[in-house]
Amino acid sequence: MDPFNTLTGIAAPLPLINIDTDMIIPKQFLKTIKRTGLGVNLFDEMRYDDDRNEIPTFVLNKPQYRDANILVTGENFGCGSSREHAPWAIKDFGISCVIAPSYADIFYNNCFKNGILPIVLPQEQVDVLMKDAEKGANARISIDLEAQTITNSEGEVFSFEVDAFKKHCLMNGLDDIGLTMEKVAAIDTFESTAAQSRPWV
Amino acid sequence: MSPKTLYDKIWDAHVAHEADDGTCLLYIDRHLVHEVTSPQAFEGLRMTGRTVRAPDKTIAVPDHNVPTTLDRADATTMTEDSRIQVEALDKNAKDFGIHYYPVSDVRQGIVHIVGPEQGWTLPGMTVVCGDSHTATHGAFGSLAHGIGTSEVEHVLATQTLIQRKGKNMKVEITGKLAPGVTAKDITLTVIGKTGTAGGTGYVIEYCGEAIRDLSMEGRMTVCNMAIEGGARAGLIAPDEKTFDYVKGRPHAPKGAQWEAALNWWKTLYSDDDAHWDKVITIKGEDIAPVVTWGTSPEDVLPITANVPAASDFTGGKVDAAQRSLEYMGLTPGTPLSEVEIDTVFIGSCTNGRIEDLRAAAAILKGKKVKDGLRAMIVPGSGLVRAQAEEEGLADIFKEAGFEWRLAGCSMCLAMNPDQLSPGERCAATSNRNFEGRQGRGGRTHLMSPAMAAAAAITGRLTDVRELM
Repeated sequence: MDPFNTLTGIAAPLPLINIDTDMIIPKQFLKTIKRTGLGVNLFDEMRYDDDRNEIPTFVLNKPQYRDANILVTGENFGCGSSREHAPWAIKDFGISCVIAPSYADIFYNNCFKNGILPIVLPQEQVDVLMKDAEKGANARISIDLEAQTITNSEGEVFSFEVDAFKKHCLMNGLDDIGLTMEKVAAIDTFESTAAQSRPWV
Repeated sequence: MSPKTLYDKIWDAHVAHEADDGTCLLYIDRHLVHEVTSPQAFEGLRMTGRTVRAPDKTIAVPDHNVPTTLDRADATTMTEDSRIQVEALDKNAKDFGIHYYPVSDVRQGIVHIVGPEQGWTLPGMTVVCGDSHTATHGAFGSLAHGIGTSEVEHVLATQTLIQRKGKNMKVEITGKLAPGVTAKDITLTVIGKTGTAGGTGYVIEYCGEAIRDLSMEGRMTVCNMAIEGGARAGLIAPDEKTFDYVKGRPHAPKGAQWEAALNWWKTLYSDDDAHWDKVITIKGEDIAPVVTWGTSPEDVLPITANVPAASDFTGGKVDAAQRSLEYMGLTPGTPLSEVEIDTVFIGSCTNGRIEDLRAAAAILKGKKVKDGLRAMIVPGSGLVRAQAEEEGLADIFKEAGFEWRLAGCSMCLAMNPDQLSPGERCAATSNRNFEGRQGRGGRTHLMSPAMAAAAAITGRLTDVRELM
């Protein structure tokens, strides 16, 4: 997994609440057996018309946001299914950070497994960053994961919270399975104890 | 000992390791696998030379992609990419030695219907699957939730998940339900009240007389949609109904092990003075047959209501509601019961069990689907299908004009050929009314099987109580 330390770039504003995983990546693109290549279909039904032409009013089709690497959006982002294709598509498009007032739980968790930092900020602060993002490509936002800060184009600094373990894994690009394998003795012990106490499992 | 909730008890029984910061390794008793969210996980194992740690606790079944038409044994009924995914699961199941129900097996069906049916799901277990509707299994008093593909790989390799404990939320449904009101109406009404993010960070335990009165099938419907309220998992404490359902199933414990299991299962309830972080109480008698009008499962109203206006809402919901109304092609103020439909879909992991089919058949008996309407019933598993045929339900459906399909997820998420066309309006017993969910531009109204059956007869959203 790519480590995440600092990121400076263009933030795309998507001021909608309850953006669900079907909007992020519709089901017809879940038939892949790979993790890559989904970026072109990110937000597919909002991004293309029935003839597969780009819809020019959609934010990621606008010239100033085509290279966005940050997304500022509304509450409960990523609700719906557990499909990891959603963060895969976001990452494959080039976005490594999402800023929203809240996320659906499974999506939030999936982001960290893919080098994406989902930042939670109070609505009023998201509103400020949304306005900043609406200025276009000249308004660059910087994120510093170590310091847990966001700096907008006006030089305003916002602090955010993140779970210390998730932060550690993200900053170092750590593989969860490798980390868990280091605790295999504890799993072995648990398994043999459970085999006695709950043999029907 | 301090009082505990049911969630606390199951959690505590499965912590294999706890780090100083509270991050835990939670041991997983059952890992269910389907073809869409697993290929990258198995590929990850191959690339790192890892194996499946507990193949005996890992159960796979293809469901999302499979055609449900009677000719599906012919591989050309699948698109090439779907076929590749199903074949990948065939191969992965064989290579890694996990339990498998292929498309040709009569036991094949939707993973969340097959698990309980085969006795894989038992009280007090931890159950995960790369599918958010894993919450279904919580009906047995098991801690069950959806995971992403990276976590699928993690569970395959280690039989654990890295987790932090969630908060406890109690949803109590008191008293009795009125006639025509079902488990689906309960679960939609709860989501309408809490919103789709109301349960985020919580595990919900559903309790109260109206929940206790539900069959296991109804309890599965309630827990299935916990995720639509934002909660990863929904739980219902096991009781005699649970034990009766489980007993004798192929993978349920037998003999002395059954007795030992039963002794433990009977301790699985929330202590009287347990701490709840959030409590919601709804009177059963206040719940009406409901439908959704918008593109979020929280957009729930009684069938007797009118289409709302965006101005009825506040905050970000104003724009969201406006967008929903436009997408759904609805005019504020229109009685919901005047909204005409094109299609009826009865099935899914929410409502594809035998009791759901019985409820639909009770309304459809001797009636006809309205002219010009497309109507299909997709049983949740091959065994549900067989039972419905044995009980004569299939004849009722066919005589009414429904297509009687083979088992699969079908039009719930439209990954197989069963899809809505742009603008096509569907009365559906599934779980999500998101934009494009059942096909690009398709319009979904969620409801119970009885309500969907009523809509099939009249050709519009209909109060089932008028046909009872």
